[in-house]
Amino acid sequence: MADVNITVDGKKVTAPAGTLLIEACKSVGIEVPSFCYYPNLSLQGACRMCLVKVEKMPKLQTACTTVISEGMIAITNNDEVRQARKSMVELLLGNHPLDCPVCDAGGECELQDMTFSYGAAESKFMEAKNHKDEQQWSPVVYFDRPRCILCYRCVRVCGEAMDVWALGVQNRGVVSVIAPNKEDHLECEECGMCIDICPVGALTSGAYRYKTRPWEMNHVGTICTHCGDGCKTTLGVRRSDSGMQIVRGDNRDKSGINGDFLCIKGRYAFDFADDPQRVTTPLIRRDGQLAPSTWEEAFELIGKRFAEIRDKEGGRAIGVVGSNRTTNEENYLLSKFARVVLKTNSIDHRRTADFPAFAAAMVGKPHAAATMRDVFNAPAILVIGNNPTEQHPLLAWQIRNNVRLHRARLYVINSRPIKLRRQATSFTEIPQGTEGQAAAFLGGDDSAAEALGSGSREMWVGLRDKLRGEGKLIIIFDSAIRGKDISALVKFGSAVSGAKFVCLGDYSNSRGAADMGLYPDFLPGYRPIADASTFKDEWGDMPTAPGLNVSQMAEAAAAGTLKGFYVVGSNPVGGLGLDPFAFSNTFVVVQDMFLTETAQMADVVLPSANAYEKAGTFTNTCGDIQLVKKAGEVSDVKSDFEMIVRIADATGFEVRKLVPFGGRGTSADMGQSRGAQSGEADRHVVWLEAHGLEPKMSPFDPMAILDEIQRLVPGYDVSRMNLLAGNDQHTTTVGTGQGGVQDAKLIAPANDNLFTSGTLGRYSRALNSVIENRNPEPAEEVAAD
Amino acid sequence: MHLVSHPDEVKVVSKRFGKGATDLDRYLALDGYKAVQKALGMQPDGIINEVKNSGLRGRGGAGFNTGLKWSFVPKQSAKPKYILCNGDESEPGTCKDRLIFEHDPHAVIEGVVIAGLAVGSHTGYIYIRGEYRYLSNLMQKAIKDAYARGLLGKNIFGSGYDFDVYWHGGAGAYEVGEESALMESLEGKRGIPRIRPPFPAVVGLWGGPTVINNAETLASVPHIILGGAEWYSNLGTPKNGGTRLFCLSGHLNRPGVYELPMGYNLKKMIYEVGGGIPNRKKLKAVVPGGSSTPVLTADEIDAPMDFDSLMKAGSMLGSGGVVVLDETTCIVKFALRTMKFYRHESCGWCIPCREGTDWLEKTLIRLHAGGGLKKDIDNILYLSENMLGRTFCPLGDAAAMPTIAFVKKFRKEFEDHLEARPCAFEAAGSVERLPVMA
Amino acid sequence: MRFSDEFEGRFSEMLSHYPTKRSVLVPTLLYAQDEVGYLSDEVIAELATRLDLTELEVRNVISYYSMLTTKARGKYNVQVCTNISCMLRGAEEIFEHCKKRLGVGPHGTTPDNLFSLEEVECIGACSWAPAVQVNYDFHENLTVDKMDQLFDECKKEGTQLRNL
Ligand SMILES: Cc1cc2nc3c(=O)[nH]c(=O)nc-3n(C[C@H](O)[C@H](O)[C@H](O)COP(=O)(O)O)c2cc1C
Ligand code: SF4
Ligand code: SF4
Ligand code: SF4
Ligand code: SF4
Ligand code: FES
Ligand code: FES
Repeated sequence: MADVNITVDGKKVTAPAGTLLIEACKSVGIEVPSFCYYPNLSLQGACRMCLVKVEKMPKLQTACTTVISEGMIAITNNDEVRQARKSMVELLLGNHPLDCPVCDAGGECELQDMTFSYGAAESKFMEAKNHKDEQQWSPVVYFDRPRCILCYRCVRVCGEAMDVWALGVQNRGVVSVIAPNKEDHLECEECGMCIDICPVGALTSGAYRYKTRPWEMNHVGTICTHCGDGCKTTLGVRRSDSGMQIVRGDNRDKSGINGDFLCIKGRYAFDFADDPQRVTTPLIRRDGQLAPSTWEEAFELIGKRFAEIRDKEGGRAIGVVGSNRTTNEENYLLSKFARVVLKTNSIDHRRTADFPAFAAAMVGKPHAAATMRDVFNAPAILVIGNNPTEQHPLLAWQIRNNVRLHRARLYVINSRPIKLRRQATSFTEIPQGTEGQAAAFLGGDDSAAEALGSGSREMWVGLRDKLRGEGKLIIIFDSAIRGKDISALVKFGSAVSGAKFVCLGDYSNSRGAADMGLYPDFLPGYRPIADASTFKDEWGDMPTAPGLNVSQMAEAAAAGTLKGFYVVGSNPVGGLGLDPFAFSNTFVVVQDMFLTETAQMADVVLPSANAYEKAGTFTNTCGDIQLVKKAGEVSDVKSDFEMIVRIADATGFEVRKLVPFGGRGTSADMGQSRGAQSGEADRHVVWLEAHGLEPKMSPFDPMAILDEIQRLVPGYDVSRMNLLAGNDQHTTTVGTGQGGVQDAKLIAPANDNLFTSGTLGRYSRALNSVIENRNPEPAEEVAAD
Repeated sequence: MHLVSHPDEVKVVSKRFGKGATDLDRYLALDGYKAVQKALGMQPDGIINEVKNSGLRGRGGAGFNTGLKWSFVPKQSAKPKYILCNGDESEPGTCKDRLIFEHDPHAVIEGVVIAGLAVGSHTGYIYIRGEYRYLSNLMQKAIKDAYARGLLGKNIFGSGYDFDVYWHGGAGAYEVGEESALMESLEGKRGIPRIRPPFPAVVGLWGGPTVINNAETLASVPHIILGGAEWYSNLGTPKNGGTRLFCLSGHLNRPGVYELPMGYNLKKMIYEVGGGIPNRKKLKAVVPGGSSTPVLTADEIDAPMDFDSLMKAGSMLGSGGVVVLDETTCIVKFALRTMKFYRHESCGWCIPCREGTDWLEKTLIRLHAGGGLKKDIDNILYLSENMLGRTFCPLGDAAAMPTIAFVKKFRKEFEDHLEARPCAFEAAGSVERLPVMA
Repeated sequence: MRFSDEFEGRFSEMLSHYPTKRSVLVPTLLYAQDEVGYLSDEVIAELATRLDLTELEVRNVISYYSMLTTKARGKYNVQVCTNISCMLRGAEEIFEHCKKRLGVGPHGTTPDNLFSLEEVECIGACSWAPAVQVNYDFHENLTVDKMDQLFDECKKEGTQLRNL
């Protein structure tokens, strides 16, 4: 768009035609105060805070609704403007309770800030204020009418951006009030977006209300531990008896791939961390009962038993199950530990998508995997299967708002009338379980159309032609499409210019688990086990035949050939339905936060830290890698990383071969000993030094292994600076890794909805209280036109 | 019925009042629908020019030149264009559209059709406030009758031009009379005004270009088409063409709705047309154009009643509601009742009007009850002045402007209420005291 | 739910007058209220379904318009204008009288459910002030005596109807 030149407070400003005056001002550092204006939401002109002088206009103009025009001269700081702002604040305060000292928003309230910057010290108001009691609208949303300044941000974010439309405005004039959709309560997605966007303390969260003050917390920006989308969430932590307690989740730092967004899980479901049922001491089975032990005793026992089994029965007698929620570093370490220390390739995890087949289909297309940000900007999107609104809330947000703000065309093919059809240009219903055929049809197998239900062949051909004509199409699918159907879909996409793909996995680091090789037949980076060359050079000796997958492990246990079973952050008994009795004669070690069904059958249970209590990286379902930071802390638990290292040590393994660590000298040395990569010094150390920090690594520092991941896993060589600075970066493992076809039956999608999150969700009070409060099937409401 | 008359009246819009013109045959016999037929033979620009030259200015309050407004409608439009007749009449002191609907509903329909021909629209809506149920019934019948005769609908008068007119009803909201809130209401929403620009003439109902005119404005149009711009213009003063319905109310011997030429002298209107003040009381003040217009003192009433002259006098011609206050009226109480209205009718969208009207009303209640402090009077001025020109729609101004005038022109009365002094006018407005109309 | 045939006829005809369904909402709410007496939960749910709106959306609209109510009123809703033109001619006295005679405050309903009382803004009868609307009927140039006559008539009519 052509540029327009204007003058603001004597400064020349050039901005694209169509820019709002308030944004043009911002672009040159001139802040125009605003309450009701919020980027990407509809314009209101309601609060009148942004009034400025525009030359040739008799009245002050709202900068938030004024589109700049060539030669416009605006003044944002003369007496008239200042007086207007001051009086708006005065008028608001007339009916606003002065309870800032107890208000949740105190300290981060926009009205407080405005009063400070523009308001008057003396109060002109001496009338009684209009009072109304605070209301609880849902387990997570509370509303305090007197504090509300009626900026309508909540109404708009809920309607326009969330497409939930659960909030409205009722009455008129001074008794106007924000109202929930069920008269006195809310039935909604409980995302808390309304609370987050409220500039004052009118909407507050059940999880956080009156718990603490913003300035009494530390704020840690980390990655949500629930679904596979990878939202950045800011956790507010406070010192407590047993460490650091997480008291709040929000989105104050909007720099993540999620922008303004967080769903209920990222915002409130951190509370599993202080569930009283959490295991806080190692447990060893004695006389059939799990009884507390010391860490030393536990590690010694595990190390001894695993070494015994390995040495007596061979590594094949040990099975390892990793996690979808542990970090890349832990998954990589576990993969290495199994192969190098336990000498077994029998390692697996709960597979929630066919990533190896996706990788195989994408070989040679490192740039064809879409990022989460791409989904917000693509001109066209195809979603086959899945219900992103429930299963991938951020993805759904990206799609919805792309359609709303950029008019992207959305094509939905689904067996159910999923909510995203409301944004869809085209919605095609197919019989349940035929997503694969749809992919095959798109890939050119015309006969597959037979299975696709009532839609005529012509309709399908028409749809395919239309999709082929869409440039830069993003094709999104989940575990319903596997194996050769994925290659068919990728083949179809290759005919569309600039097409990209997203393969949806379910948990926060499902993609990372796959990328890091938690497979019996793949090493990190989807390298077939038979082709272990580079890893062999670095890792040393390891078995070369593919190991057992999870169900084979259970069979082997039942047959008496699996003697050791090591489960890290996973619940295969509860989640995959493994028979616990099959393991009666197997030595089972479980690292978990809770006594899950799997932990209950264990011989040793090690209490673990969750993703909010440790550092590392996560790779979301799109392949965006992000830094996970430690926020909470609970005494007497350890990170999985540390536990793996301790067990390796207890088996008598030289830990330095597992995790390169050491002081300054050592790490520098390790940088040089990398042969081909010797020019590449240890970037972590360099970065730390550059930032005046002491480069020091312990064997428990996951950053030590991140170096190795970046070197050895293709596509993970992203900028360390950016990673540590908290920016998301795209990995290209899918596109460079070899991959391959596996048994499709091993894929077990999580089928979580908005308010569940596997085993973890069961321990979240926030999620449970919402589930208890809900009618069985929330009726889907229709949007206002 | 509500009919009164005075020799100075010039009956144009009220020409058919009392003549049974709600009946279509009667209406046709009284030159009804002749203007549409004439307009069908004119070029759209011809119609617009005729109306523009007649000096007809909006009777809804703002007094914008009607023909000029019509000329803003784009000739070509991808979306349908609409005519919207504003019959929400809710400005305190105003009861003229009611009489037009009561006596001459077809004139409004005719005006709508002509406006449609002028701007190339094929659909018109006549929005009538919810309280006027009997008039809505009358209007629905009138529309039905006109359809039955082929005067509306497909191929009107065999011209090949299609035009539909529909009735629409409100449900109690003054703000819905504001043109953009009116459109929201018609679209089935809360009456919250829209951001302007774009103006309705460009983006209006359902996004299509829309002409919004007051019922009286539209009812005047057929007469202009038939009588010609020059004739109509000459009835009034230059730039203020024609006549208008003045609603005389308050302390008068002969309150009523009278049609007088634009520019008619206010003093004469009060003392001659309205029969003067009852009980030989003295005049204290006049609100000349509905409750939103700044009050004039007894000394300021020797002024011609047209848009420009009243502007010069520091007030506005507004909606034609002339409210007369005699010397026994308590200005503080009058100001309070006025503010109570705006507080009640504020749509609540924007801070200054929503909070300002509430605050002002509370302060005025306290002040009138004798609990006022000296600073309250300045505070009232301060608040009003800080609302003025800063609200989202003109309702905020409508609340602020008269308040400023009350305080500035009658400051002493406000001061007299301070420090628990009882209101000296408690007896004002006794029913017994006033002559009762038949 | 079903309304009267007249309502249904008007409703379906009005739907054809506008490019969007919800445009019929405001007048339809008033007509529905006239039939049912007030806008019950059932009416709200019904209209929401018919017009593809959420109930919330319908309630938002209802609460905006002063004539619309979600609470039952008396058979005769006495609406006394106390705005400026009426005030100047004694509306307050009329209103006080109504309160006394009916024994209820603003927005109150008499125990026999015959009368409700409301203070309203200008109803467009300023030149014939003071004025009152009983349901949709205008009563103008009122005095306290005329008001009493009006109450008597309503009472008579209301009781007769009830005894039918
Ligand atoms: C608060 C407010 C209330 C209004 N009420 C009415 C009304 O009841 N009737 C009316 O015709 N115009 C009313 N208007 C003026 C309209 O916005 C609009 O200017 C008018 O209908 C245009 O018609 P005209 O040009 O024929 O006057 C009101 C304006 C405001 C700001
Ligand atoms: S929590 Fe989310 S869905 Fe619920 S009302 Fe708030 S914004 Fe809407
Ligand atoms: S609750 Fe908060 S976000 Fe919503 S309108 Fe009120 S102040 Fe604005
Ligand atoms: S969308 Fe997924 S990643 Fe984002 S907050 Fe929700 S559960 Fe967490
Ligand atoms: S001035 Fe503001 S609050 Fe008042 S009616 Fe207009 S938009 Fe509504
Ligand atoms: S920010 Fe411009 S009016 Fe609210
Ligand atoms: S002021 Fe009472 S009817 Fe107008």
